[in-house]
Amino acid sequence: MDETVTAKKKWTDGFRFWSDREDLLGPLFLFPAVVYIVALVGIPFIIAMAYSVTDVTAGNTSLDFVGLQNFQAILKTDQFTQSLRNTIMFTVVSQIIILVLANILALILSTDFRGKWFARFLIMLPWATPIALGTIGWLWLLDSKFSPIDWVLRYLHLLGEPAALLGSGKNLYYLGRLELAKASIIVIYVWRMLPLSAVILMAGLTSIPQDLLDQADVDGAGFWRTLFQIKLPLILPIMSIALLFSLIFTVGDMAVVYVLTRGGPVYYTQILPTWAYLKGIESGALAEGSATALFLFPVLLAVAIMVLRFSRRTEVT
Amino acid sequence: MKTPTRWIKRALFYGVVAVFCFFSASPFMWMIITMFKQDKDLYRSANNPFIFNLPPTLSHLDLLFNNTNFLVFMRNSVFIGVLVVIITLVISIPAAYSLARLVGRWGERAGIGIFLVYLVPPTLLFIPLSRVVVSLGLHNSLWSLILVYPTITIPFSTWLLMGFFKSIPKDLEEAARVDGYSRLTSFIKVIMPLSMSGVVAVIAFTFTLTLHEFVYALAFVTSSAQRTISVGVPTELVRGDVFYWQSLMAAAAIVAIPVGLVYNIFLDRLVAGFTMGAVKG
Repeated sequence: MDETVTAKKKWTDGFRFWSDREDLLGPLFLFPAVVYIVALVGIPFIIAMAYSVTDVTAGNTSLDFVGLQNFQAILKTDQFTQSLRNTIMFTVVSQIIILVLANILALILSTDFRGKWFARFLIMLPWATPIALGTIGWLWLLDSKFSPIDWVLRYLHLLGEPAALLGSGKNLYYLGRLELAKASIIVIYVWRMLPLSAVILMAGLTSIPQDLLDQADVDGAGFWRTLFQIKLPLILPIMSIALLFSLIFTVGDMAVVYVLTRGGPVYYTQILPTWAYLKGIESGALAEGSATALFLFPVLLAVAIMVLRFSRRTEVT
Repeated sequence: MKTPTRWIKRALFYGVVAVFCFFSASPFMWMIITMFKQDKDLYRSANNPFIFNLPPTLSHLDLLFNNTNFLVFMRNSVFIGVLVVIITLVISIPAAYSLARLVGRWGERAGIGIFLVYLVPPTLLFIPLSRVVVSLGLHNSLWSLILVYPTITIPFSTWLLMGFFKSIPKDLEEAARVDGYSRLTSFIKVIMPLSMSGVVAVIAFTFTLTLHEFVYALAFVTSSAQRTISVGVPTELVRGDVFYWQSLMAAAAIVAIPVGLVYNIFLDRLVAGFTMGAVKG
């Protein structure tokens, strides 16, 4: 009897001892996360870099060093340069639109108005929906024959008649025509990322101290002046975080292009991820696929570091 | 003089709100109308697409639930989501606390490091990871996704929770320790209850991230019975060149609307999470 009591006391003492040791507890708590990240992000990342400088394929997995040959080879193909151009163009244009619209939306949603709950529900829907399913909805909305947009345009006599503004054809063929297909992809990116960016900016707006706004009001600053001289400068750091998030999600997405256009017409709406997928997974060219996938990483890293630095610096001042 | 301008301002405000709502919701409106339409109604371009020219039908929902793998995809997605949420919480709560309180000086740098990991998108890693998955014998199994998804969710969750833990006054913990709690028990009994809204934000975010994920699910899993909603619906409910549009739209709407509702309920907490995690972190 006595023995079990002392054993128990010993155990609680031991527990007490190590559960109070910060120098042990800190690394112990961090350890699983670090192991996980190193094993499944760090190592694969190194493998990706290794693949990109070898001649590995799915059929022949021996790694023979070939230097920058893969990069030289992919840079010569039209598909790659087209994908690169598209990735950059889609990303930059959609981010600009998102940033402008998200600011407006965040300002709207941080005020109180009738029916706000429902409006917020509708606006959040695109972000809550798995992007592949949302894109399926768009695919049907932009259908070559049964698009309701075409129906409305025909109804308004803007389409499908001789001398109509948008042409005499019955349909606009959104995904069959290059410019329209590109515009559709950008619209879907904006549609999807706008809610998240607005939510992040809302968080920034609610963190502005109320006395500051009251003071501005007392001093007679109007809506625009408060907006441009107080609110926007104060949420600038968090705006950069919002931008970073939507940038990552946009660059890291391939569902929109994969489901909507499959890179078509021909390969003119292909982006780097879909191209890397076709090469690396479907044709088994692991080396060229990895080289394609890695291509944007330095750019992404530079942007990320810039944004984080910026948000930190503005926070201090 | 003042009243008319106020009215104009209000009308303008609601106009802008309506435009945003319409832009966001129109695909869903279109899904809901489509899913109940008969073929003869749907596939006539002269018909007004916004009304039911023929009586609505439930036959496409029947097709979706009884003749496709939709329910299997749903079960897989929920199963993966729940397990990944658990793994994420178990790993990222201690890590976040460690970074916020325990490891001190280099904790901040490690925090930035973890955030940077979040910047490595799946589109960069799916080729090497597909080889890792093959070598572990998990190819073509949803366990490959359970293994890999925490790499997306842990960095974000850790970063968000770190901000939460930092915002809790240190005095509280010290008081608890004066009362005889150890560091560990004061964390469990004092800090955790105060961080519940952060944990909820993490759960909501983690679950939706796994539900949305497309790249890994497409690259690692090829057998239908192991697919998730995100990949299963757009790739398998299309048979050859035939699109069963009504069933597809039903599938999308059935997933989107409940998730949207849950999201909206937790939105305030998510905003709070971002305010504490992102602004002060």
